[in-house]
Amino acid sequence: MAGASYLSGTRGSPLRRKSSSDDRAMRLFILVIAIYLVIALAFPLYVMFSKSLENSQGGFVGLQNYLEYFNTPSLVYSIQNSLFIGFVTTCITVTIAFVLAYALTRSRMPGKPVFKTIAMIPILVPSLLPGIALIYLFGRQGLINELLFGHEIYGPIGIVIAEVFFTLPHALIIIITALSIADARLYEAATALRASRPRIFFTVTLPGVRYGLISAAFVVFTLSVTDFGAPKVIGGDFNVLATDIYKQVIGQQNFEMGAVVSMVLLLPAGLAFVVDRIVQKKQVALLSARAVPLEPLPNKRFDSLMLVYSIIISIFILGILGVCQFAALVKFFPYNLSLGFSNYQFDLMDGGGWDSYFNSIEMASYTAVFGTIIVFAGAYLVEKGQGLGPIRGAFQFLAMLPMAIPGLVLGLAYIFFFNSPSNPLNFLYHTMTILVISTITHFYTVSHLTATTALKQMDSQFESVAASLKQPFYRTFLRVTVPVCTPAILDISIYLFVNAMTTVSAVVFLYSPHTTLASVAVLNMDDAGDIAPAAAMGMMIFYTAAGVKILHYLLSRGIESRTQAWRVAVAN
Amino acid sequence: MKNSFFGVRSGLAAALAFGLSHATFAATELTVYTAVEAEDLKKYAARFNEDHPDIKINWVRDSTGIVTAKLLAEKENPRADVIWGLAATSLLLMKGEGMLHAYAPNGLDGLDSKFRDKSNPPSWTGMDAWVAAVCVNTVESDKHNLPMPASWKDLTKPVYKGHVAMPNPNSSGTGFLDVSSWLQMFGEEGGWAFMDQLHQNIDHYTHSGSKPCKQAARGEVAIGVSFAFRGAKSKAAGAPLEVIIPSEGIGWDMEATAIVAGTKKLDAAKTLVDWSVSEKANKMYNEGYAVIGIQRLAKPVEHFPENIPQAMIDNDFEWAAQNRKRILAEWQKRYDSKSEPKS
Amino acid sequence: MSEAFLKIENLTKNFGQFTALRNISLEVFEGEFVCFLGPSGCGKTTLLRAIAGLDIQTQGSIAQAGEDISVLPPAERDFGIVFQSYALFPNLSVEKNVAYGLESRRAHRNEVSQRVAELLALVDLADQTKKYPAQLSGGQQQRVALARALATSPGLLLLDEPLSALDAKVRAHLRMEIKELQRRLAVTTIMVTHDQEEALTMADRIVVMNHGVIEQIGTPQEIYASPASQFVADFIGTMNFISARTASAGKCVLEDLEIAVDTSGLEAGQPVQLAIRPEDVQLGADDALEDQSQARGTIESLEYLGAFVRATVELDQSGARVQADLSTGDIDQFALRPQSSVAVTFPAEKIRLYSLDA
Repeated sequence: MAGASYLSGTRGSPLRRKSSSDDRAMRLFILVIAIYLVIALAFPLYVMFSKSLENSQGGFVGLQNYLEYFNTPSLVYSIQNSLFIGFVTTCITVTIAFVLAYALTRSRMPGKPVFKTIAMIPILVPSLLPGIALIYLFGRQGLINELLFGHEIYGPIGIVIAEVFFTLPHALIIIITALSIADARLYEAATALRASRPRIFFTVTLPGVRYGLISAAFVVFTLSVTDFGAPKVIGGDFNVLATDIYKQVIGQQNFEMGAVVSMVLLLPAGLAFVVDRIVQKKQVALLSARAVPLEPLPNKRFDSLMLVYSIIISIFILGILGVCQFAALVKFFPYNLSLGFSNYQFDLMDGGGWDSYFNSIEMASYTAVFGTIIVFAGAYLVEKGQGLGPIRGAFQFLAMLPMAIPGLVLGLAYIFFFNSPSNPLNFLYHTMTILVISTITHFYTVSHLTATTALKQMDSQFESVAASLKQPFYRTFLRVTVPVCTPAILDISIYLFVNAMTTVSAVVFLYSPHTTLASVAVLNMDDAGDIAPAAAMGMMIFYTAAGVKILHYLLSRGIESRTQAWRVAVAN
Repeated sequence: MKNSFFGVRSGLAAALAFGLSHATFAATELTVYTAVEAEDLKKYAARFNEDHPDIKINWVRDSTGIVTAKLLAEKENPRADVIWGLAATSLLLMKGEGMLHAYAPNGLDGLDSKFRDKSNPPSWTGMDAWVAAVCVNTVESDKHNLPMPASWKDLTKPVYKGHVAMPNPNSSGTGFLDVSSWLQMFGEEGGWAFMDQLHQNIDHYTHSGSKPCKQAARGEVAIGVSFAFRGAKSKAAGAPLEVIIPSEGIGWDMEATAIVAGTKKLDAAKTLVDWSVSEKANKMYNEGYAVIGIQRLAKPVEHFPENIPQAMIDNDFEWAAQNRKRILAEWQKRYDSKSEPKS
Repeated sequence: MSEAFLKIENLTKNFGQFTALRNISLEVFEGEFVCFLGPSGCGKTTLLRAIAGLDIQTQGSIAQAGEDISVLPPAERDFGIVFQSYALFPNLSVEKNVAYGLESRRAHRNEVSQRVAELLALVDLADQTKKYPAQLSGGQQQRVALARALATSPGLLLLDEPLSALDAKVRAHLRMEIKELQRRLAVTTIMVTHDQEEALTMADRIVVMNHGVIEQIGTPQEIYASPASQFVADFIGTMNFISARTASAGKCVLEDLEIAVDTSGLEAGQPVQLAIRPEDVQLGADDALEDQSQARGTIESLEYLGAFVRATVELDQSGARVQADLSTGDIDQFALRPQSSVAVTFPAEKIRLYSLDA
C-alpha cells in the first residue's frame, strides 16, 4: 500500500491517509452489510423489474405485459379504486389525527397519556383485524349494521374505515411532533397583538404544522394504497392494486402480471416517499433551537370538548378490539352467543394452527435480534466509518429505499430472486431465514433512521479521542456507543418485533408449510370462512405485541433509572 | 421449533439455530400438496404415522385451484413429492403435462373401478367423492321469506337475488365441479345461460369452496353453493343449515392421490400412496365422506343427505380436464367482477 | 533544540474548491507551547486536525520526532487530544475515562490505577474518581479530559479550543493551571484558540492565521509589539489606523506633520496605513504645542475603563479619529474635557506602516 501515491510534496493527486487496521475492519464490515442490502433489496427488485418485461417462459417481451395490463379494464379500474381509497383515507385520517393531536398537545384535558396510548394500539395489530371487526359490526349479521342505513360494508366503506384505524397512529405521531415544536413566543406575540383565537389558529398554528400535515398525509396515503390486509378482508369485489398483485400471484400464479402491478404500485409509494423526504428536510429547518415550549392555558369549554372527542376516538379503537375479542370467544355467531375457547383450536383450521403463532414469535425474535444488530452496526459504520465515500453513499440510499417499497412488492421480488433454481441462495427459499431477511429489509428504513439519529446525538469526537488513545474502534463501540445508545437500540428491536408479528404483506408470498405465521394464518382462516378463529388469532398477535411493548416500557424505565447518573449529560 | 426458540440463549447459538431450527427428526420428510379440509390434515397425518412413523408429512394446503396453479407453476422445479387429496380433474391435467409418476399401489385391485386412472399403471388413485350441495340457512331464509330451493334452476328465481354465494371456479375445485356439471347437465349453451341467470342472484364469489357454506352457517348469506361434506360439518357444529341436493343432479369430483414425477423420495412416496388406498385409509375418508374408493366399506355419515350416490351425475372427468382452461377463461370473462380478491 | 520536534512543510488542504490551508510551513520545538490563533474559519482547527491525522492534508508533509507521519492514521501517531466539548465518555466514571487509554495496553491493573490516581491528583480531582462526567462542573470535566489525554504520556498534546465552553472566571483560572502543568511535564503542546488573551498569556510562541495562511509566528511580545501585517495588528489588541503617505526615505506624512519612521520596503509617495496603539499615543495641553511631531485635535469623548481612560480625539485637519489611553492623573493634569483642544504626539518608534494593498 505504501508508495508513490502519497509521497509528500508531490503535486497533483491529493494525499490519502494510510489505512489503519480499524479502517480496514470497518470497511470490511460496511461492505458486508452493503452486500446484504444489495442481495436483500437491490437484486430482488431488479429481477422483479426484468420479470415484468418477460413472458411466462422467460422470453423478453418488452412492454407487452404493460400493454396487456392497461388493456384489461378490471385491472386498470383498480388503480382508480386504490387512488380513491388513498385519497379518502388520507383526508379522514389526517383530520381525525390532527384534532386528536391538538387535544393532546394544546388542551388541558385530563388523561392525555391514556388517550395517547390507546391511539397507538392499532400499530400492535395486523391490518386484517379492523376488517374482521367491521364484519361483526356492520356485516349482514352485524351488531350495529343499521348504522350503515342499508349500505354495504364490503367495499370502499369498509376499506376506508379499516384503513383509518390502521393509519391513525402513524399520522398522529407525526402531527404531535409537529405541534410540539411550536414556539410559545409566537403565540404570546399574536395574543399581545389581540388576534382572535381562530385568527391565531390560522395564522400561527396551521402554518407551523404544515410540513407535519403534508408529511402525515403522504405517509397515510402510502400506507392505505399499499396495504393489503383491509381490502382483502372487507373489500368484497372492490379490487385495489394491492389485492390485484395477490390475486395475480397467489390466485392465478401469473407472476409476470404480478410484477407489472407491483411496478405500478411502486409509483405512488415512490412519489410519496420523495415528497416526504423533501418535506422532512424543510421541517428540520423550521426547528428553532431556542423555541420556548408552549404551555396550554386551561379553557373549560375547549378542554371538555377535546375530552369528549378523545373519548369518542378511544371508543372507536377499543371497540374494534373489543369486538374482535368478543367474536373470538363467541361459540357460533350469531346463533349461539355463549362463550368458550372453541375458536382457539387453530390446529383444526387453515393457516398452520398454533404452530404458526409460535413461528411468528420465533420469527419476530430473530428479526428483532439480528435486525437490530445489522441495522445499528450499519448505521454506525455509515456515520463513523472513514473512506469508501461512494459505498457509504450507496448504503445510505439503500437504507432509505425500503420505505418506498410496499411489502407485497418486496415479497414478490423475493420469489423471483430466491426461487430461481440458478440462484445459489435458492436454499433460503421456504425457510425461516428468508422470512427474517424480508422482514428486516421491509422495516429497515425507520430502524436505520432511529439508529442514525441516536448516533448523531453522540459527540462526534469520541472516535477521535479513542484513536488518539490507540483503542480499536470496536472497543469504543461496545463500551461507549452501545451503552449510550441503549434506548434507541431497544426502540429498534421492539419496532422490529412488533412489525414482524403483525406484518402480512411481504411474508404472505414467502411462508412455507414449516413456517406459517400467525398474521398469515389470520388471512388464510378468514379466506376459508373461519372468521372467528381469525379474530382469535389476531387478538393473540395483539396481546403478544402489547405484552412486549409493556416489557419494553418497564425495561426502559429500569435502564433509565440505573443510568440516570450519567444520562443527564446525553440529554443536554 | 418452540423448543429451539425458548432454548436459545446466546446470540451465537441463535445464529447457529438460524435456519436450522427445523432439523429433521423423522427419517424422511415428504412435502405433500393437498386441498383436503384443513381440520382433517392432522388426522390424516396422524393415522398414516400410526403405520409409518418414519415418514413425516409436511402439508401445503390451499384450495383446489390454488394448489393446481401452484403445481403447474412449479413444473420445472417441483417442490411437492406427493399430491394427496386433490381433484381428479386437476390430476388429469397434470398427467397430460407429464408431471405425475405412474404407479400401481398395493391394494389397487380393491378400489372401485371409477376411483383410478384409466392408464396402466395408473397415474392417480381416488380416495373419496366430494359432491356439490347447497347450504341454506333456515333462520335467514325465514327472515327474508325465501322458499327452500329444490333444484339448481330454483336458484335463478328473482326472489334469491343477492342471497347466494358460490365459489369462484378459478380458485376453488368445488366451484369448478359445479360449473363443469352444469355444462354437462344443461349442455354448453344451456349451462352458460343458466350461469348468466344465476349470476344475477349471486352476492359474491368466494375464493374458497367451503366459505359459501361457512358464510351461510353464520348467516352472512342465506344460501351458499358449496359441497355436502362442509354442510354436514357446519350443521354438526350447530348452524341452522339445511343441506340441499338439487334435483337435476349434482357435480362431483374425486379427491385423489398421485406421485409427483421427479421426486427424490420415491420410496416414501410409494409407501404413502400404498397407504392412501388401504382399507384403514378408506375408513378414515368415510368419517367425512359418504362415497369412498372402497364403497363396500362405506357407512352413512351424520348430517349427510342420503340420496347422494343416486344424484351424482355421470361425470366425464376427461372432458372436464381437457376443457378446464377454456371453461375457466370463459367464466372469468363473464363473471369475475363479483369475485373476492384472490380468485 | 536544534532539530524541530514537529516539522510541517508546504501543507495545503482543499475542501473541494475551497482552500482551507495554503502552503503552511511551521516548526515546533520540544517542550514548546504553541498557540494557533485566528478568527473562525482561518484554518487553525484544520491544521490541528491534519497534525492529528483526523483530516489528512491534500499536500505537504508532517514529521514528528524525525519520523514522517504525513499519511499515518491517528492511531499510529503519538499525541493526546482535548476537544472543546471534552468528549468524555458519559457512561464511564472519571477514573474509567482516564484509564481508557491505559487498560488495553496489557498494563498491570495496579499500575493502571496507580497511574490514574497520579493523573487525577495532577489535575486536582483525586476526590472525584467515582463520579460520572455529567456530575462534574465544566472546569472539572475539562481537567478530566486533560488527564485522559496525558495518561498515555504522549509526545504531543493537542488542545482544540479547550477553554471556550467555560465561563470567564473558570477560564482565567484554568489558563494558569494548564500552562503550569505543561511547564511541569514539559510536553510539547499545540493549542487552537480564537481568544488572543488566552494565546498571549499561555503560549511560548503564537502562530497567527488568517484565510488559510500564516500571518506571523512569534513570541507574544513580538506579535504584540511588532505585528507583521495589518491583519495581525488589527486582530491583536487595539490599534489606531490612520491614513498617511510616505515621503522621502525614513519619513511619512500625516496631516501636515512629517514623522520619522522605518519605511523600508515602501516607495516614496505611497499611501499607507499608519498604525499605533492607543497606549502609545500621547496627549498634551494645546498650548504646549512644541514641535513638528505634534498634531492638533479635539477630544470627542472620554470613556472610563476603570484603570485608565480612553479618549477619542478628532484630528483637526483631516478629521481622522484617534484613540489614546490616558491615566486618570493625565486627565487631571491637563484638565482634559470633551471639546478640549489637545496636542497629539505620535512617538516615531511606536509607529508601524502598512501598505494599503496588504
